[in-house]
Amino acid sequence: MFQYILKRLLSTLPVLLGISLLLFFMLRMLPGDPAQVLAGQMASQEDIKNIRQQLGLDKPIFVQYGIFLSRLAKLDLGRSARTQNPVIKEVWARLPNTMLLAVAAITLACLFGIPAGIISAVRPYTWIDYLFTSMALFGISMPVFWLGLMLVVIFSIILQWLPAGGTGSWKHIVLPSFTLAAFVVAFITRITRASMIETLSQDYTTTARSKGLKERVVIIKHALKNALIPIITVVGLQFGLLLGGAVLTETVFAWPGLGRLIVDSILARDYPVIQGTILIFGLLYILVNLVVDLLYAYIDPRIRYA
Amino acid sequence: MRQDSLLSILNLRTRFRIYEGVVTAVDGVSLDVFRGETLGVVGESGCGKSVTALSILRLLASPPAEIQGEILFDGKNLLSMSLDEIRQIRGNSISMIFQEPMTSLNPVLTIGEQISEAIKLHQGVTRQEAWSKAVEMLRIVQIPSPDIRAREYPHKLSGGMRQRAMIAMALSCHPRLLLADEPTTALDVTIQAQIVELMERLKEEIRTSIVLITHNLGLIAEMAKRVVVMYMGKVVEEALVEDLFLEPLHPYTHGLLESIPWIGRKMKTGRKQLQEIPGMVPSLLEIPEGCRFHPRCSRLIDICRKEEPPLVQKDGRRVLCWLWK
Repeated sequence: MFQYILKRLLSTLPVLLGISLLLFFMLRMLPGDPAQVLAGQMASQEDIKNIRQQLGLDKPIFVQYGIFLSRLAKLDLGRSARTQNPVIKEVWARLPNTMLLAVAAITLACLFGIPAGIISAVRPYTWIDYLFTSMALFGISMPVFWLGLMLVVIFSIILQWLPAGGTGSWKHIVLPSFTLAAFVVAFITRITRASMIETLSQDYTTTARSKGLKERVVIIKHALKNALIPIITVVGLQFGLLLGGAVLTETVFAWPGLGRLIVDSILARDYPVIQGTILIFGLLYILVNLVVDLLYAYIDPRIRYA
Repeated sequence: MRQDSLLSILNLRTRFRIYEGVVTAVDGVSLDVFRGETLGVVGESGCGKSVTALSILRLLASPPAEIQGEILFDGKNLLSMSLDEIRQIRGNSISMIFQEPMTSLNPVLTIGEQISEAIKLHQGVTRQEAWSKAVEMLRIVQIPSPDIRAREYPHKLSGGMRQRAMIAMALSCHPRLLLADEPTTALDVTIQAQIVELMERLKEEIRTSIVLITHNLGLIAEMAKRVVVMYMGKVVEEALVEDLFLEPLHPYTHGLLESIPWIGRKMKTGRKQLQEIPGMVPSLLEIPEGCRFHPRCSRLIDICRKEEPPLVQKDGRRVLCWLWK
């Protein structure tokens, strides 16, 4: 087990290298000159040249990549071109906010989506199944920014129950996490329903009923535990995506997370911050996947890693 | 219903409403299971034998299933019981063994857990007591090192072992009736023999009645005392095993027996091709008019095409055929 985890962690290195390579060259294909953006409209050619030199942008691109990699090997992501702060510090300042939002949204989505999926599977093609299906469709089709704005209008402006944006108290997280969860919950409901319908029709479910167990026990203990693998896969993937920052939601609610940091950095052509943030996204995504794989083995005794 | 009958099925009709129409999988079946006996139910795939067993414990999802008739267990009608009452009976006084030991055990729960949950539920004992009873049951069905096996998951056990575990589970609450639905079909021959022996032995020890559902006539001959032959949802013949094998009355039973190869046949009857029943079982959506077996029957008479045959009583046997009227 320990060996397996170690092997998986080591295998993240080539993946991260691949991400850095693609990222580095794709970024430099973007139109626009970081030095020009940084220096502003009024800057002279001399100023721009100086800034370029300072950022190391005057060197050949392969040399730039080499320098980037050698710094990365020392866990140095460089400094922001805009603020001169170390990239790691910029990311560190926002990561807890993103984590908090992602965890809140995924928890909310599971709390609603899994029971809704189970109920739909137990009573398929009834009004309650159709109700949950419509809600899922609604959640998945609604533009996030619009839902966010509508929630702000209702709960912040009209009812004045919750703050419209920013961070600080638990109240601040309610609206953004709800907005994000509305989208994710749809996936979780649907996959739970499909997976439960499958396990409820298996022979071992009939065996469980033939023992005289209560229907609740049959559903939760015998069917749900078997249905969890696909559910956890979807939850893990969605959580990984949420960690990648929810740009629109963060913008609507002025939530200081990684999503906004990355958009601001792209607009400013702040290469070090973009590179650093995306590499950290990559790492987090890989870690979430590893955790999901380890959970598989915990749930299903047939899955063992060596 | 006779005095000594433990289970009495009266005019059972199980229908499924599906997209294509209504399928009557069990069509007016009546039969008795007496105390302490093994009743064989035989017939080819789709004849309604499994649906009959599932109907007894009301394990069919409804809808699409609709069950009518009466199933008297100890004089009480199982079909008019509340769900709570039927749950008291499931796994306790009536339990069931299924065909596929590979899929009928839950892959994510340990064997011990799966056996002990029924014990805990019906006997009101603690978790530990239920567990040690489960281990004891595994020992009774001759699983080696039962205390270790109890902590293992089904995928670590072979097919034969799993069926033993299934039997341990079914017998753990000493049921008065065991419904065994093709208990040996998925196993290879040597394991089949072991399972049969085990069931015979436990039947004596626990004094349970067995309904043995199978398409294997050899198994019936070995285990059952009486046998019921089903075809397309109806009981077509009922007799004591010896009578049925020596002198089958219904042409379908005759055809079934003729289609079994047996060693020494050539010596007795000369070289002869193995007989078969011509044609296929028709779809339950297109039931033939008259006798349902008439399109495949070798002893067809005129009336068979037009009218459903009556159930004829003959020397304590029952047969659904015009020939014996």
